[in-house]
Amino acid sequence: MQPNDLDRIARQIRLRDLQAVFEAGAGHIGGEMSAIDILTALYFRVLRISPDQPKHPDRDRFVLSKGHVALALYVTLAKRGFLPEEEIGTFLKPHSRLNGHPNCTKVPGVETNTGPLGHGLPVAVGMAKAAKLTGAEYHTYVLTGDGEMQEGSNWEAIAAAAQFGLDNLTLIIDHNRFQQGATLKDTNNLAPFPAKLEAFGWDATEINGNDMDEIVPALERRGNRPHAIVAHTNKGHGISFMQDKVDWHHKVPNAEQYQIALAELSETL
Amino acid sequence: MKDVITSPKLHDCRDAFVAVLERLGADNPKIVAVCNDSVGSSKLNGFKSKWPERLVNVGIAEQAMVGVGAGLANGGLLPFVCGASCFLTGRSLEQIKADIAYSNANVKLIGISSGMAYGELGPTHHSIEDFAWTRVLPNLPVIAPCDSVETAAAVEWAAHYDGPVFLRLSRVGVPDLLPAGHRFELGKANLLRDGDTITLIANGTLTHRMLKAADLLAEQGVEARVLNMATVRPIDVEAVVSAARETGAILTAEEHSTFGGLGSAIAEVVVAEAPVPMKVLGVPGIFAPTGSAEFLLDEFGMSPAAITEAAIALIARKSFRA
Repeated sequence: MQPNDLDRIARQIRLRDLQAVFEAGAGHIGGEMSAIDILTALYFRVLRISPDQPKHPDRDRFVLSKGHVALALYVTLAKRGFLPEEEIGTFLKPHSRLNGHPNCTKVPGVETNTGPLGHGLPVAVGMAKAAKLTGAEYHTYVLTGDGEMQEGSNWEAIAAAAQFGLDNLTLIIDHNRFQQGATLKDTNNLAPFPAKLEAFGWDATEINGNDMDEIVPALERRGNRPHAIVAHTNKGHGISFMQDKVDWHHKVPNAEQYQIALAELSETL
Repeated sequence: MKDVITSPKLHDCRDAFVAVLERLGADNPKIVAVCNDSVGSSKLNGFKSKWPERLVNVGIAEQAMVGVGAGLANGGLLPFVCGASCFLTGRSLEQIKADIAYSNANVKLIGISSGMAYGELGPTHHSIEDFAWTRVLPNLPVIAPCDSVETAAAVEWAAHYDGPVFLRLSRVGVPDLLPAGHRFELGKANLLRDGDTITLIANGTLTHRMLKAADLLAEQGVEARVLNMATVRPIDVEAVVSAARETGAILTAEEHSTFGGLGSAIAEVVVAEAPVPMKVLGVPGIFAPTGSAEFLLDEFGMSPAAITEAAIALIARKSFRA
């Protein structure tokens, strides 16, 4: 699938995500919008996966470490055929398997349970290490938030990945510059990331994480060290009044805002 | 009780663990060991020399160790994640909750040198909270074998069980109590001695002390039932209820805090199903003073003589029941 087609799918996923946040009255819309282009490129171009065989041993692994944007993953999985698309309407409803954070024991395509931050990368290191031990050819991808990189467990895993020579591991940092209550810069600023990652023995690439022409080649790049993609994104990307506003970490649009957002996203479909 | 073999020889249960791990590892290349620089203290040098590539040492990084274990299982391997129980459970409890238990990952967590095995190293290295921390987690069996026979059987069982397991081992020598060829059954207590006046229930390093106390009680004409209850979760409800109904009093002992461990799990059953007088022996909710594991168990009233006294006092309470 080519970048233009991926852009179209990403816009459809954004629209469905917005609708589901509005209907459920909850979600983490800012970080969902920043990450959707990356999710789309992974699921519609890069990952070697089959919705019919979500546990196939040779499938590529994707771990959503920033589990609070579960809705964006659910919408993407549904569009890719892992879930019925109408099931998105059950998001957060009692007994729905579409919880506020993804559950691998219930949702096909989810690899491990995330929610507490700093968990996905260590698990992804284990997945990549397993492939090295068994000779499996799958590749492992993990998406973290930028604020999430403040968790020490991530740096334990980054050190281990270099030590293990995991050239079959790609970390994508969704660098939207905001965390829950403030900017990264005003909280505990780990940015800029590349030099730190390189010092740990990783390759690091910086891209515009909302531009398919940059996302796809970065995800498809292969080298001889673990690879980190520092994806510069915009929180709330695609919806003008949400963009780069810290309030939209988990705010829900009111009816008027919803109509504006719908119109903006529909315009570009 | 002719099934009970009481040998004066003391065994380090870690030896039984690695012997089975290496035997199973020879037939099953999916078995890998994961550790936090604890190759020596987990006794993994033999495993490492046989299969160096299958020993995944993440360094001193317990959170990554448990997460990596979950990822290895996702990749089709059968990881045994080994570390000092105090660090394995304390430092990485959230990883155990989210990555292992909630994700239902097929990972075997091996807590080494649990309880107060590190003795004089002090409360930072004691793991007397681990039953309480782990037994509240769904999907995660919690097991503390009483001797090398049960350790070997439990490791064998864990390797064939499809799901997470927490196996809590000690480094303190214990005599073999269970017969050779014993098979481990999850959630099933072992009757080591029968009696009708009181039931003594323990696991891990306390079971052999309970048996000695039962001998002392017999000298006083008191016949105590002794149950070895390695599985803390799921607790053996049937054995606890039978003990309450048939003997009328239950005394428990464990190398753990009296808050939230084996005694608490038994008390939850007793209160709900068959209330009888109970006494829970363990570390009484304090940080232990300096001393060896054996010294501290005695200090906290878990010498065979002190257990005997506690049993006598508990039996006296039975007579006050209406």
